Amino acid sequence: MRIIVCIKQVPDTTEVKINPETGTLVRDGVPSIINPFDENAIEAGLQLVEEHGGEVIVITMGPPQAEQALRDALAMGANRAILISDRAFAGADTLATSYVLAQAVERIGDFDLIFCGKQAFDGDTGQVGPGLAEHLGIPQITYAIDIEEVTDREIQVRRLLSDGFEVVRTRLPCLITAVKQLNEPRMPGLKSRMKAKKAEVEQWTCDCIGALADRCGLDGSPTSVMRVFSPTRQVEGERIEGETAEEKVCRLIDKLRDAQVL
Amino acid sequence: MPIYIVAEECKGCKLCLPACPYGAIEMVDGVAVLTDDCTQCGACVSSCKFGAIKLERVEMCDVDTSQYRGVWVVAEVNDGRLADVTLELLGEGRQLADQLGEQLSLVLVGHEVEPLAEVAAAYGADKVYLAQAPELERYRTGPFTDVITGIINRYKPEIVLIGATGMGRDLASRIAARISAGLTADCTGLEISVEDRLLYQTRPAFGGNIMATIVCRHARPQMATVRSHVFLKPEPDHNRTAEVVEVPVSLDEKSIMTRIVEVIKENVDAAANLQDSDIIVSGGRGLKKADNFELIRDLADAIGGAVGASRATVDAGWIPAYHQVGQTGKTVHPKLYIACGISGAVQHLAGMGSSDCIVAINSDPSAPIFEVAHFGIVGDLFEVVPALTRAIREEFGG
Repeated sequence: MRIIVCIKQVPDTTEVKINPETGTLVRDGVPSIINPFDENAIEAGLQLVEEHGGEVIVITMGPPQAEQALRDALAMGANRAILISDRAFAGADTLATSYVLAQAVERIGDFDLIFCGKQAFDGDTGQVGPGLAEHLGIPQITYAIDIEEVTDREIQVRRLLSDGFEVVRTRLPCLITAVKQLNEPRMPGLKSRMKAKKAEVEQWTCDCIGALADRCGLDGSPTSVMRVFSPTRQVEGERIEGETAEEKVCRLIDKLRDAQVL
Repeated sequence: MPIYIVAEECKGCKLCLPACPYGAIEMVDGVAVLTDDCTQCGACVSSCKFGAIKLERVEMCDVDTSQYRGVWVVAEVNDGRLADVTLELLGEGRQLADQLGEQLSLVLVGHEVEPLAEVAAAYGADKVYLAQAPELERYRTGPFTDVITGIINRYKPEIVLIGATGMGRDLASRIAARISAGLTADCTGLEISVEDRLLYQTRPAFGGNIMATIVCRHARPQMATVRSHVFLKPEPDHNRTAEVVEVPVSLDEKSIMTRIVEVIKENVDAAANLQDSDIIVSGGRGLKKADNFELIRDLADAIGGAVGASRATVDAGWIPAYHQVGQTGKTVHPKLYIACGISGAVQHLAGMGSSDCIVAINSDPSAPIFEVAHFGIVGDLFEVVPALTRAIREEFGG
């Protein structure tokens, strides 16, 4: 099987702090990681290849430093890594991003499955996976929680829905998006990491993948950000003090009663 | 027309005929030909094994925005009823439509869903585009995308709103990519700029640390997904009526690539419970391990509330995802929200910040949750939460 996994490098938002004075993000020194759901996507690809043979190709569209995310994926066991990077891609929204990824996937060619994370931690849109499937004209199965069966022609997947599960079966090639519970991503050992450090990461540009410049980046993005602002919060909070937990709790209950909440 | 068939490449295999939901392909002299009924929905393109059907993208700058009019909501139907988020969007859509001086329409796709047109009217729709077929009984990406794209192409709305549910996110992204429309996910605010008729779409970005207002200047329609419980459900007016526009479709199961093998309903009560509950007790990373959620459940049980959770605990597998409150979980606004061991990442605050009364229990006095809490207790949750549970049981005999 040839399995392509699309990943994104994101800031580790659990490390993001807010400057208490300005209320803005402190992003300096915040480490970059593979989007956590994409790790599940990589793991799913690796497991299928272990079972059925083949290769896992991991790709990302991003700035040059996104190469590190690809190396992390190589350390996990991916066979090949491609960085799709070009100034022309800057400012891409989800439509332009999915177009570029589709062009890259077509250049790779002859694939059976594409895995993506269900959404990225920073943007949280979940739109790129389905957009990519649409550009390629292949079916999609989003929110995969279990890959139940893979044959030469078909795949059966259990999807996680808000009110339960749905088991669907579709034709290959198809695109699948992974939720956290799909699997437990492996932690690469030191040896794999060292090896991945020296491994080749292919570099593809806009020209390489035959992408039309006016469909990439800002030009290819129907949406644009008009303004950004800090969310407003105004609460005059009250600290409940007390010597013991019991004392604090009693005071809290009184307060809640006064406020007619209880 | 952006869709065309290259006659020389057509082998006359007729595979595209059943793939067209609008019955708009005919065989003429052994070659497939598109008729005037073609909605350019794109369903036929992937059905052709020979690449003879081409879909040309319309350039964004070439779109004549004045041709696109009206506000649409795409319906989500669950167990024969319109989903709450659909009703909420009808309420919001009504206001947007009034500001634009346009009609509000509901796109209603399913099997035997016609009676819901009356419900849509009561909640504010002027018009209902109705497409029904047995194959549309349950949501599937392919046929829903084909049918709704066809309706959009034919009737040209300027705004399309969809619930940011599992279905809505799956569907909206696919439609937007097919017609090169702009799509904004998880909007928490929608506003019309009357002079240029643009929809200002505000959403949290970078995990809710900042808010961003997004516009789509040239492409149409302007599409947005909105999570449930962001807008209020309007009061129904059962005297209102809506014009029903029937959109005849015919689907062929053999042309649909995906089939549903099994549907397992679970946790419906728990999930519904969370958003409808007046009191929510939520646990976060401070609980340290899955077993300690028992403390949260005990308190919820004593106080008669539902159990919520932060993203960290769900990601760690301590508790199922339908308990998750926050930007990627559920938006809630209960009368009382008790956050235990939750630091208050902005993602979480985005989902519960509008609760009437927020109580925070956390050992870290500088945790951001205290900034939004009406009452804060700095302390060890392993002492405070059980003490609170006991006190509540004593006071209220729960």
